[in-house]
Amino acid sequence: MTRKKSGLDRRSFMALAAGGAATLSMPHIAGAQAKTIRIGMPTILSGRVAQLGTSSRNAAMMEVEKVNAAGGLAGRPIELVIRDSKGQPQEAARVARELINTDNCEMLIDAEASTGGFAVHEVARDLGVLCMHTNSETSSLTADPKLRIPNAFRCCRQGIHDSAAGGNYAASIAKAKNLTRWGVVSPDYAYGRDTTAEFLMYLKRFAPNVEVITEAWPKIFQADYTEAITKLLQAKPQALYSCLWGGDLTSFIDQSAIYALLNQMEFFAVNMADYTALTVVKNLPKGIHSGNRYIKTFPQTPANAAWGDGYRAKFNEYPTNWSWQNALVVNMLAAAAKKAGSADGKKMAEALMGLKIETPFGADGTVTMRAEDQTLIGYAIGWGTTIPTEPYVPGVTPGDWKQILELEAEWKKSKGWA
Amino acid sequence: MNPDALLTCFASSACLVTQVTSGFIIGMLLFLVAVGLTLIFGVLKVVNFTHGAFYMLGAYFAFTAYGLTGSFVAALAAAAVGTGLLGVVFERWFISRVYGGNVLMQLLVCYGFILIFDDVVRIVWGAEFRSMGMPDAFMLPPFIVAGGVIPAYYLFLIVCGLVIAAGLGMGLSRTRLGKTIRAASHNPDMVSALGINTGLLYACVFGFGGLLAGLAGGLAAPVRSLTSGMGFSILIESFIVTVIGGMGSILGALVGAILIGLIRTFGTLGFPLFTEGLMYLFMAVVLIAKPTGLFGKDIA
Repeated sequence: MTRKKSGLDRRSFMALAAGGAATLSMPHIAGAQAKTIRIGMPTILSGRVAQLGTSSRNAAMMEVEKVNAAGGLAGRPIELVIRDSKGQPQEAARVARELINTDNCEMLIDAEASTGGFAVHEVARDLGVLCMHTNSETSSLTADPKLRIPNAFRCCRQGIHDSAAGGNYAASIAKAKNLTRWGVVSPDYAYGRDTTAEFLMYLKRFAPNVEVITEAWPKIFQADYTEAITKLLQAKPQALYSCLWGGDLTSFIDQSAIYALLNQMEFFAVNMADYTALTVVKNLPKGIHSGNRYIKTFPQTPANAAWGDGYRAKFNEYPTNWSWQNALVVNMLAAAAKKAGSADGKKMAEALMGLKIETPFGADGTVTMRAEDQTLIGYAIGWGTTIPTEPYVPGVTPGDWKQILELEAEWKKSKGWA
Repeated sequence: MNPDALLTCFASSACLVTQVTSGFIIGMLLFLVAVGLTLIFGVLKVVNFTHGAFYMLGAYFAFTAYGLTGSFVAALAAAAVGTGLLGVVFERWFISRVYGGNVLMQLLVCYGFILIFDDVVRIVWGAEFRSMGMPDAFMLPPFIVAGGVIPAYYLFLIVCGLVIAAGLGMGLSRTRLGKTIRAASHNPDMVSALGINTGLLYACVFGFGGLLAGLAGGLAAPVRSLTSGMGFSILIESFIVTVIGGMGSILGALVGAILIGLIRTFGTLGFPLFTEGLMYLFMAVVLIAKPTGLFGKDIA
């Protein structure tokens, strides 16, 4: 008896099965490639600093439009899912968790101030998703190895960089004008305490005669600064440093004006030169020393001016410091996805290490995501003095990145972080 | 802790003048908010948690009126009248429905309206902070008294607060309306039986409380950044003031507010890291020594 040969031998069956499986799975793979990638963005959309949160959202959305038009993240269009944290850390953490667990976001752009940024960082640690901090400038967030996680990056300014540049600038003014008695008024939370300590460290390094004779630490979002102002009046410092920001800074300036406080001393306010503050203060004193936050005239390049004008034309307001940082992060993510050839968070995190991109916000037209501590370097940094009308800070003295990085390395070593 | 700074200040007339007037400045705005709160509680027995929202709305009304007219008087009038009328409407339509209800229901209604008012501000004036700027009339160099510094605007603010405190005290004790209000706070049924429209009286008291909060907002607008939710922090401090002074006592609100102001200005010199804590500590001490507050009366 001869065995009747089946119409489908084993080899053919395997081939068909493999082909069928491939056919069935192909649409799925194709679907996954085209599937929108949702990126969660907790930020502050209400309260005293809502304008900064709104400007973060605007800038990110403006850049997402451009990135999507160019093909998205490795072929996947981006959808931003933006939530209001109201500036409260516990709310920021809750919203961040919800964005991942409920809204199916695959990564986070943490557009919180430091109060919420640290809370979101812990959520990123817990959930293991790619997290880009875009507004928290507290240095320890990325400098302290104990806090560092492989999936979180800082894509914004950092207090230690501003302080190194600012300390050097302020010291040159202090030596020229013999300003030895200094006062401090800064917000009483991680960013305010750390940034002030770092600024003073560099100020004293470059101008050893400087002595801090009085300090005032108002709470963040405090309404009344009278007691801080009168305390400063009593001490009569020759110069005053502040890292108050947003509505807190403008309130302080308005309230100081009626005591004529700022007429009596040189004022160094690192966060003054941001359109948010510059355009809100009704009687902006002349000659406030400030770090650049976002000014379309610094760096003085056509690309930066075009970006600033483009933002203003689209949203009918000036961009802020938070705007450029949140615009940059979208471009950084797009570049990382391109390098990784994937929109997978882990692969993108690997690609982000040491990634250098061209941008209008770079001191030399580029910025780098430094691999060793997953933080941004090379952005435009400088100090100048204000005038009450445009361009508000006409001459900005650029910081020296070579020196900033050397000072930062020393500082890390002193902290045991290097 | 820096007791040396405190002692040095006590030895210096310039420091004393500056710090004492600063305490009064902080206290006067607090008083204007707290006195409305205490008046409403004293007469209506309602703890008005929306009071901070009236302060916020007053600031925004003043901001808009000042922007339209350039007149600070018009700004203050808009703040006071706008919030006063809003208070009457709010009392008639909503608060009057929870009289006699449990405190939880009053709290829920008020909290709901805090959120609504905050959102209305965001919709109408935007989420970003605003600054009204100092009226030209007050753009003066500060006065120097015994070496101490007193800004012209703050002097105006202190005078406003003291005039309102005196007017309120006189009005409640010397006028027929004041006597009726006091009577209604003790025995509303009896007042009603005498043919007085207690509903209208309650609406007027609530509206007047709102007016005072709004006026405080208008007075604060030139020196504080305006933002949705700005009423919350002053509400907390106003509650501390009313608890210290005694719920329902106008003199208590004045004394409590000034004490809180002085604690803050001198506390920041001697205890810079514990200034907020000092306020609560003082409140706790008052509550232990006199649970009804400094000028509160025992409810027996």
